[in-house]
Amino acid sequence: MIAAIRSELLKVTTTRAWWILALILFGYVGFTAAVLALLFGTLGDQLAAQPGGQGLPAGTVPPIVYSTVTAVGYVFPLILGTLAVTSEVRNQTLTPTFLAQPRRGNVLVAKLVILAVAGAVFGVIGLVASMGLGATVLQLTGNETALDSSDTWALAGRTVLAMALWAIVGVGVGSLIQNQVAAIVVVLAFTQFIEPILRFGASIWDWTAEVGRFLPGAASDALVGSSIFTAFGMTSDVEPLQWWQGGLVLLAIAVVVSVIGYLTAWRRDIT
Amino acid sequence: MTGSTIEFRALSKHFGAVRAVDDLTFTVQPGAVTGFLGPNGAGKTTSLRMLLGLVRPTSGSATFGGVPYRELPRPLATVGTALEAASFNPGRSARDHLRVYAAAAGIPKSSIERALGLTGIAEAADRRVGGFSLGMRQRLGLAFALLGDPGVLVLDEPINGLDPEGIRWIRGLLQRLAAEGRTVLVSSHLLSEVQQSVDSVVIISRGRIVHEGSLDSLAPGTVVVVDSPDRAGLRAALAAAGLTATESEAGLSVAGSSATDLGALALRAAVPLSLLKPERAGLEDVFLDLVGTGEGTGR
Repeated sequence: MIAAIRSELLKVTTTRAWWILALILFGYVGFTAAVLALLFGTLGDQLAAQPGGQGLPAGTVPPIVYSTVTAVGYVFPLILGTLAVTSEVRNQTLTPTFLAQPRRGNVLVAKLVILAVAGAVFGVIGLVASMGLGATVLQLTGNETALDSSDTWALAGRTVLAMALWAIVGVGVGSLIQNQVAAIVVVLAFTQFIEPILRFGASIWDWTAEVGRFLPGAASDALVGSSIFTAFGMTSDVEPLQWWQGGLVLLAIAVVVSVIGYLTAWRRDIT
Repeated sequence: MTGSTIEFRALSKHFGAVRAVDDLTFTVQPGAVTGFLGPNGAGKTTSLRMLLGLVRPTSGSATFGGVPYRELPRPLATVGTALEAASFNPGRSARDHLRVYAAAAGIPKSSIERALGLTGIAEAADRRVGGFSLGMRQRLGLAFALLGDPGVLVLDEPINGLDPEGIRWIRGLLQRLAAEGRTVLVSSHLLSEVQQSVDSVVIISRGRIVHEGSLDSLAPGTVVVVDSPDRAGLRAALAAAGLTATESEAGLSVAGSSATDLGALALRAAVPLSLLKPERAGLEDVFLDLVGTGEGTGR
């Protein structure tokens, strides 16, 4: 098992996909965090400047800025996890993989372990971008950074956990949909288009909102505890999931797709 | 170094109604190079993939001294494999490719350098495989096979894509590995490709064995080509002697006789000869005959 895990680690580190995705993640999250920090920083000032205005409630802005890692960046560990399986199918490297490690279940478990680690690393990289750039801009615009608050660091910890879970969801998705192009199209379509619409639609009625809480993106936002998407707009009387419930929902999704992937595609003949 | 024997026992694989591999039974002995021959689509690759635990047989088994591949304690150190498909991540260097699988099989790093050296690609080891020629990919495939210094080698079409120098090199390598006592099974769709390097052959066609044994046992009878200005007279004389002749541009090809006998026959019949030439029908012709009909000599 240790050998299989070392092999999977080498697979990730000896190709360029991981750091190209990490670089884009860093740039995208850093840019979004900086823009939001600037926007809310000046917005708060304007609200406060109005007659009788009080500005934004204390402590609302930093979590929104810092949680951009998962709010806009969760698709990166998801894609990394998906590619970890589909690139093996595409390049027919499952053949040498299963020749070196004929116990296929071990290969899948090793992949899940290493991708969870890679997802956590993506979480740390994303946080360096969102907290580094975001806090700097908040500081420069004369706003609170909340870097001395334990809540901020708890949010950072839950962000790392969420990114790790997204990467293993990716492994499950890649196992289920082994065609690389199809898998990436499904991932992008679902995360960027279908789920946002579903979440918006679900928030209209209470009973759909109950169900909508279990969508992966909603569960992820619940786990992290903050998101630009949940901070405004989609309000309903239905309470979001607790952070640990969100984490369990995301983990359950990862486990279910991985198990289905193992039982179907992963045991298929390799021709 | 003694490799284990490879044992195919009533191995079958059906894809729907198609019997890709049909009741294959044969044994591959250590210390020799065995050719596994058949035209494309005969079921060679499917048979090898079942042997290696990549494809599930419909029935029967294929083992290494009784142990299925999936149950080998140290698979890469027991069986080395190079399969036809180019199974590389093009973005990974040759050395990293080997590192990934050495790690999975618990093989030390020194073995990677040894395998790169043996296959002559040490110089290119840090280049990405995407830029490799077909010949270099074949060599990297062989380096993967030799990684664990295994007693058994299973190579699917290893000669494809090699230049003449590479072909001579791999023939020498296969002979040397077999001389060390290893079991070497090499598949090919061309008999001529492996003719000079194999000690015995198993020939399959449409999933069934059509010949098994040494190359000599495959050797054909001699054909004699004769001709005469009076070809009709010659044909009549041959027919009278109970010989069948096939007519071609070169003359009449006669099987089952000899130049000496045919010369005497022509003299007795008083037919002047313009040509009397014994020819060994090529092994390749016999091979094509065997796989063409799918029935052949059987076993």
